[in-house]
Amino acid sequence: MRRRLVMVCVALLGFGAAKLPFERGLEAQHRAAFFHGARLDLSLWERIGQMGFLAALSGFRAVVADGLYIDAHVAWEHTEWGRVKLDFDAVTALQPRCVLFWDQAAWHMAYNASAAALLNPKQPREALRIKAQREYWKLGEDYLLRGIANNPERPLLYDRLGFLYREKFQDHCKAARAYAECARLPKAPQYAHRFHAYELAQCPGHEREAYELLRSLYRRGEDERLPTLLRWLDYLQEKLSIPPDQRDYIPPRATP
Amino acid sequence: MTATLPATRHQFFSLARVGAIASNTLLELVRLKVFYFLLIFALLLIGSSAFFAKLSFQEQFQMLKNFALGAMSIFTWLLAVLATAMMLPKDIEDRTLYTILAKPVPRFEYLLGKLLGVLALLFVALSFMCVMFVIVLYAREQSGIADAVRENPPAQVAAAIEQVKAATFTTSLIPCIVVIYLKAALCAALTLLLSTFATSSIFTIMVAVVVYLIGHVQPIAREYWLASASVGAPTKIFLALISLVFPDLTAFDLVDDILVGNIIAFGLFMKTVALGVTYIAVYFLAGYFMFSAKEL
Repeated sequence: MRRRLVMVCVALLGFGAAKLPFERGLEAQHRAAFFHGARLDLSLWERIGQMGFLAALSGFRAVVADGLYIDAHVAWEHTEWGRVKLDFDAVTALQPRCVLFWDQAAWHMAYNASAAALLNPKQPREALRIKAQREYWKLGEDYLLRGIANNPERPLLYDRLGFLYREKFQDHCKAARAYAECARLPKAPQYAHRFHAYELAQCPGHEREAYELLRSLYRRGEDERLPTLLRWLDYLQEKLSIPPDQRDYIPPRATP
Repeated sequence: MTATLPATRHQFFSLARVGAIASNTLLELVRLKVFYFLLIFALLLIGSSAFFAKLSFQEQFQMLKNFALGAMSIFTWLLAVLATAMMLPKDIEDRTLYTILAKPVPRFEYLLGKLLGVLALLFVALSFMCVMFVIVLYAREQSGIADAVRENPPAQVAAAIEQVKAATFTTSLIPCIVVIYLKAALCAALTLLLSTFATSSIFTIMVAVVVYLIGHVQPIAREYWLASASVGAPTKIFLALISLVFPDLTAFDLVDDILVGNIIAFGLFMKTVALGVTYIAVYFLAGYFMFSAKEL
């Protein structure tokens, strides 16, 4: 029996050697298809504990991530922003392909935590409150950028990034770039290409490019001739001194 | 006058005999009331579903699917290991094994029948869990649709309902369930191999659990072994042994990523299935090799 056991071990070693190239190839193909992207490293182990790490390692990453996500939700209700961030760091490390988690992490940091920092009654100095607010915006931006790096083919996070640059940072050039990336992806929202043009119109030095873009959208038909698009087109026609005979017809409205 | 029995040729391999052993194995396992765990599964599913009620509908569906498929994965694995580990020792203890092998039943057929019995049990259990999951998901979908109708202006209701439907039932759930079954079947075959030479069920279960854990770090060991030039010879040998002897179970950890929208190409999925089937076949044949020489 012992001899047979040794023979089985040798056979398994042989099988192992035979399957090795196939397994490596399969793993490479899985990774190319965005599988197995979780980073199960020591920093994660410190954050989620031994049992959580063991469960994540044993193929139950999603369940552990969901548990931490619920904990982050509770921490948010208690406005414990530090805990929210730590939980979301772990959640996004466990499930890097879940755009919902990146989106929520960025939203909590850039909108909720930043607003709480600005209104923090324990900090009497306004300059420090504003500084803290900006730091939370940066954290939100960081989540979105890392989320995009893990999900480059999905438009949602580009859309959110564009919105963040537009609403919080007031950086229209970066917002235009984010919306442009969003618009070129499949399943992008229909407004992405319009928002790209609107933001580009506010990016210094890109007025001509924005004008061409808005014009091409205008010429697509009535569906694209929304009030905001018409206002920006009108504004740029004036700003770029487009000759009257080359201008598109804009119904009389106020410029932005 | 002497009556002679019609001469029947003994077949070297008979599917009917294998089928009889498999169905008896399934029946025995069912009599052990293993399906009671389904109650726990149902409670877990319904309980977690109620717990998620305060989250948005995308979050609810995401988590419901994660919890349900995670629970399916745990339960099928546990069932595979526990049912298989106890099968041979129980047959020896009940002396059923001797009764069967005293008849012209080859050991190969006996072992194959046993494995197929466990695989049938896993199939039935997973099917039940799927049905429960579909019922709970459907109930949540209906409640999500009702909320969408109530909370949205009439012009946006159709789009909102479409969003709810897109977040619930998707065809990507099918490869998830197939992969869960395949991984459990692989664990069953591996446990069967262990039980052919193990001296007790406890030993088999312990080793099966350890192999399961090592199987999930095997790719790390493999890449370290193949890529790292700075490690010493003993470490290299150790890593090589882990890489070659243990199965790469992470190859079947696709569910978490599929549930968050990853699309697995059919060809890639079939390669994964082929790897799983090969593992099952190799472990079964190794188990037979051990069992054929086992002194009973």
